[in-house]
Amino acid sequence: MDTHIQVKNLNVYYGKQQALKNVNIEIPKKQITVIMGPSGCGKTTLLKSFNRFLELTDGTQITGEVLVDGQNIYDREVDVTEVRKTVGLLAQRPSPLPMSIYDNVVYGMHIHKMKKDRREYKAAVRHYLEIAGLWDEVGKRLHDPATGLSIGQQQRLCLARGLAVEPEIILGDEPTSALDPISSQNIEARLLDLKQQYTTVIVTHTLRQAKRLADHVIYMYMGEVIEAGPAKEVFTNPKHERTRQYLEGLF
Amino acid sequence: MGMKKNYWQRRHLMELFMKTLMRISLAGAAASLGLILWTVVARGLPALTWDMVTQVPKGGFYMGKEGGVLNAIIGSLYLALGGTLLAMLFSLPIALYLKTYLGSSKWGQYVRLSLDVLWGIPSIVYGAFGFTIMIAIGMRASLLAGIIVLALVELPIMVRAMDEVIRRMPADLEQAALALGSTRFEVSMQVVTRQMLPGIMTAILLAFGRGIGDAASVLFTAGYTDRIVTSLMRPTASLPLAVFFQLGSPFPEVQQRGYASALILTIIVLAVSFGSRWLSSRLNKYTIK
Amino acid sequence: MSQSEPTITLENTEGRTTRPSVAPRIRQDQRAQRVFFVITLLPVFLIVVVTIALFVRAWPILQAFPLTDLLFGTIWKPSEKMFGFGPFILGTLWVTVVGVGVAVPPCLLAAIYLAEYAHASTRSFTKPILDLLAAIPPVVYGVWGLLAIVPFVEDMLAPLAKRWLGGVPFLAVNQPTGFSILSGGIVLAVMIAPLVISVVYEIFLTVPNDLRHASLAVGSTQWQTIRNVVLPQVMPGIVAAVVLGASRAFGETIAVLIVVGNVPQVPTSIFDSAYPLPALIANNYGDMMSIPLYDSALMGAALVLLVVILIFNILSTLVLQRMLRRKWA
Repeated sequence: MDTHIQVKNLNVYYGKQQALKNVNIEIPKKQITVIMGPSGCGKTTLLKSFNRFLELTDGTQITGEVLVDGQNIYDREVDVTEVRKTVGLLAQRPSPLPMSIYDNVVYGMHIHKMKKDRREYKAAVRHYLEIAGLWDEVGKRLHDPATGLSIGQQQRLCLARGLAVEPEIILGDEPTSALDPISSQNIEARLLDLKQQYTTVIVTHTLRQAKRLADHVIYMYMGEVIEAGPAKEVFTNPKHERTRQYLEGLF
Repeated sequence: MGMKKNYWQRRHLMELFMKTLMRISLAGAAASLGLILWTVVARGLPALTWDMVTQVPKGGFYMGKEGGVLNAIIGSLYLALGGTLLAMLFSLPIALYLKTYLGSSKWGQYVRLSLDVLWGIPSIVYGAFGFTIMIAIGMRASLLAGIIVLALVELPIMVRAMDEVIRRMPADLEQAALALGSTRFEVSMQVVTRQMLPGIMTAILLAFGRGIGDAASVLFTAGYTDRIVTSLMRPTASLPLAVFFQLGSPFPEVQQRGYASALILTIIVLAVSFGSRWLSSRLNKYTIK
Repeated sequence: MSQSEPTITLENTEGRTTRPSVAPRIRQDQRAQRVFFVITLLPVFLIVVVTIALFVRAWPILQAFPLTDLLFGTIWKPSEKMFGFGPFILGTLWVTVVGVGVAVPPCLLAAIYLAEYAHASTRSFTKPILDLLAAIPPVVYGVWGLLAIVPFVEDMLAPLAKRWLGGVPFLAVNQPTGFSILSGGIVLAVMIAPLVISVVYEIFLTVPNDLRHASLAVGSTQWQTIRNVVLPQVMPGIVAAVVLGASRAFGETIAVLIVVGNVPQVPTSIFDSAYPLPALIANNYGDMMSIPLYDSALMGAALVLLVVILIFNILSTLVLQRMLRRKWA
């Protein structure tokens, strides 16, 4: 297994409350890893430790290491904006920026000055909207405000915006929980398409979604990783009692 | 992978630059308070004698001879106390009505708008208005006139401050009381007032502090006198005006007493401010959060 | 408590059962509601009354001279029946513009820092400082201006400007003292700072964090996020906060009066003295009764002040109420 993200002895505290307890895991390259577990178990905390979003909350303390391609992203010399460019995030609720559809996709590329001229930007916008499966719906009204889109379209727009800065890793924090079933399916299909090129980590609380998407599974409970491994093994033959109970829907 | 931070990248330089500017600005705002207090203390303290706070002006006071500003201190306390009580009489009902009956309805918005606008009217305009009315009804500059005009100045400050705290009252508390069969009037009088007592006290002290320091509104309405005021219908001195008049004097001794008077005024205002902070932190213990 | 005996009486026509003590309580509620309502109308009423009263008193002067002569006339000689408000209006404008100009950049930066960067501890440290700044009486600001700012302008800024900025418009040093528009502006800037900072801060808090996170998630720096995402959202509110600050500065009397020099001239430089409208009213009220039309002219000055401030205030407050609506709910 080719490891992309390696977590070593990670502990996270919100004030005095410990949210992650000595987490050690590895996340494989160019596969979909699903983090699952009951609510409040620290799934989202673990996910957000990968793009250093935890430090946006006052009073968070983090010890341990998160290595992306062997580089500890919590290292002093590391540029947090480069981390977030490399590790994209698809949020729980779609959060289009209050600007046009075009400007949303172009936003990150502008920030990082990734293209030379307008034409290149235009081409890139089209490219990423196509990847996100949104071009057919919005290609003719790129300069309309993004907030006018349906919520499912908004989430795909956010996907396009995230992909446009050429990340290597995509994080999804229950990315379909705010969407209707059809939009959810749409997003899931996109994620499956994209797994050839990106390492993907998804947090979900629905077991069925985990089963549809996962190549690799991490099961968490009360801030600890109980079990982690290839999806087939974990789903068919869980090693731990707790995991088995969760898979059987006992809690 | 190139994740090492390049501090010389334009956007990182910009971040550092803006953040530094912001810190300097905030420090500057904080430092200006220090500068003001330091100036007033450094220049006022040397002239601050026991006589200043225990004597009224004697003959030749305004040429640098004996006396103090007790008349102005007492006058200011009377003015501000009276103004605050009068403003309270109207503020509390308005704030309660806003909360219990109007809420955030359209009418509530209008009333709040008009309060904010009233707050913005400069005190010199209130003073001029007060003077106009006094002429119309044949009233002379007096403690009472000063109190009424100060009440106008304080009213919007008090109501808006009360409104801010009353609004923060948990809705369930009010609804619980309503559900128990209280009328809305009873809710305002008993639940809201009691629960919000610390906030209301803070609002009152805030307005008091504003009132005692205001000069422009009492300039034409309260007048000035060297004696301690004994009647509502007589003119009275006030501390801000004492400062103001002494500053305008050509005699250095008198000017320095002006600085000392400013120091006295500052001490009173700071005491009120700290007092309200202390009071609200104490009273907070007895309310549900 | 004999009334709370469970004797049930039928009292109202719908046939609902009520305890005997309820009806008076409801009447009390209704009466209170009426009284409260009337008292609540007071603020609205007060604005109208103040405006009308000043208007009535200013009427004689408004009738005696055309409005344009009053507003734009530059000669003020009450004893010769010349009432040009021009120099005073311009003086007020100059002081206000300089005050707002000095205040706004640092206040914006400080507010942004408090809202976007500062830790909770910094915020709780800053709040009482701003409260105290707001609590200091105008006349004390005046004393500070007289003792610290006027000498600072006279001994530091004016010589510097004289040496280095000779030909620059609005910066010429034409008089030897520090009693100047600049001194007034600096004092005003500190006076309005707490208001501007706290209003701008509150407006920044209305921007949902989701937007900031969306921007940060693609790797923008915090400043880029503020510039590109947050600022466009809060711009109307910032403008309103500045207008609000300006209207405060416009009407400030005593503090400005002490440091601005009070020379009735049309200013040409921030180092000139000026004579703002509020100072005109405050300085001349005692001795105006003997000259015809003088008191009417001063009331006219107060009216001008009031009208300008009402317009500024209503506009900015409307914008702020809309932006802070989530707070009102």
